[in-house]
Amino acid sequence: MTRYALRSIALVYLLFLLVLPVGLICWTTFADGIGPVVDALTTPSALHAFAVTAQVAVLSVVANTLFGVGAALLLVRHSFPGKRVLNMLVDLPIAVSPVVVGLALILVYGRFAPFGGWLADRGIDVIFSLPGMVLATVFVSLPLVVRAVTPVLEEIGTEQEQAARTLGAGPWQTFRRITLPAVRWALAYGMVLALARSLGEYGAVAVVSGRIKDQTQTLTLFVEERFQNFDQQSAYAAAFAMAAIAILTLLVTTLLRPREDAR
Amino acid sequence: MSPSRTDGPVAAADRPALVRDGRPAAPPAGSPERSRSPRSPRLRRRVGLGLGLGTATLYLSLVVLIPLAAVVWRSTEDGLAGFWAQVTTPESASALRLTIGASLLVALVNLVMGTLIAWVLVRDDFPGKRVVEVLIDLPFALPTIVAGLVLLALYGPSSPLGVDLAYARSGVVVALLFVTLPFVVRTVQPVLLELDRDMEEAAASLGAGRGTIFRRIILPSLLPAMLSGTALAFARSISEFGSTVLISGNIPFDTQVAAVSIFGQIESDNVTGAAAVSTVLLLVALLMLVAMDLLQRWGARRD
Repeated sequence: MTRYALRSIALVYLLFLLVLPVGLICWTTFADGIGPVVDALTTPSALHAFAVTAQVAVLSVVANTLFGVGAALLLVRHSFPGKRVLNMLVDLPIAVSPVVVGLALILVYGRFAPFGGWLADRGIDVIFSLPGMVLATVFVSLPLVVRAVTPVLEEIGTEQEQAARTLGAGPWQTFRRITLPAVRWALAYGMVLALARSLGEYGAVAVVSGRIKDQTQTLTLFVEERFQNFDQQSAYAAAFAMAAIAILTLLVTTLLRPREDAR
Repeated sequence: MSPSRTDGPVAAADRPALVRDGRPAAPPAGSPERSRSPRSPRLRRRVGLGLGLGTATLYLSLVVLIPLAAVVWRSTEDGLAGFWAQVTTPESASALRLTIGASLLVALVNLVMGTLIAWVLVRDDFPGKRVVEVLIDLPFALPTIVAGLVLLALYGPSSPLGVDLAYARSGVVVALLFVTLPFVVRTVQPVLLELDRDMEEAAASLGAGRGTIFRRIILPSLLPAMLSGTALAFARSISEFGSTVLISGNIPFDTQVAAVSIFGQIESDNVTGAAAVSTVLLLVALLMLVAMDLLQRWGARRD
């Protein structure tokens, strides 16, 4: 009896919080068929937003993958003073508000900040242009690759790496031939998570991009701007596109995630 | 994002450390490094460690540390009194009050509902469970602005259910509940999976009722995970921006949360005020991270 009560409570909660809202958006988007959706997603502004989003996301995933693998190796394979601090710092971006991220970057890289001014004198605009948006996205998705790779690195241990070293492999060769293949699924999992997070970032990018239509407008900013301008069809269509990407991400990560019950 | 994947202290203690406290430890007996030239590989290793550590620190500094330090620095531009004055302006204070109040409520609901959902997913079995299992993570994958739009469609002015929470504080709470849904579920679930059923059966055979078993056997093991998931949910609620933007209507003194208030202050060029409110959020975030670190140690000791 209790069992059915608990099950019903859980399912009703999820139905009203998750399933109905997301289902409704799909239904509303396609209320007038697929034609208007395609039209809304192929306007020049929408296509531009797609392109900007892809650019920012790919650059930040590449940066965070390089950093993530390096940091995971440092945290798992080495011991050094300040390791606990580094460990906590890696997690910090999860807890920082996206708006605070934006403000923080403006204060350092803005035109009127010392460092940002120095860069601007050399022709590099960070805030209100692509580099700032990449920085903001890198910030918010920073822990994902590290945290996906660390548990696997811990689990595989160092025996194979040591064996490779005994047989004369250099550090780079050991990494490329032994370590990297061993963590490849975890790494892929982390990268997919980071990609999804990067595609969907809104707050931090809203602050640093200046939200200039057709220039620094990403998909999330496009949704907000269209909605505020009472162009619901475009807003819903773009939101649906992102929801579809999110669901796809979930399916891919479900396949990639190391099985808890298999162990 | 998945909270159960954090680097636990147990794992840190278990792993074979090649270097401890910055000094190279003696290689284990029979290690190849002892028989071969002892200096050069070890030296190379240390140089490599130094380079790696330097790069990681530089990257973290440029992206995370220096910018965050700049926020704190800017907020105390006019001294601590100035900081306090900025935080306690009627608008900021009301936004902070709403944010903290709503986040506490959301954390509490998550503590109960998250544990309940994790319980159902682990101990119950029903058709479609795998779908539910995957759906739980949807709030992590869905962009926050889309989450806001989605909720506004169901709980907005044109709600098919006739429930209009737009521009109301309850709308803010629903948005926060949506984005924080996975935290407690995903921290409690692995612990519940690994829980030994023998103890429960032993208690049952000794005549303990279901309530007693839950309270005396299950709850104590789950508590660290439940609390650390709740802390995560609280930290996320405090800092949430995107999902509340559309549904709250951002009415100052009423439905404006702290993050939106910061955004407004940046737009109106009151950077010091924005930095002050940001510093408060950062302090809360830091507090939650420390709390989670302690909870993780506590949970590891309990095993």
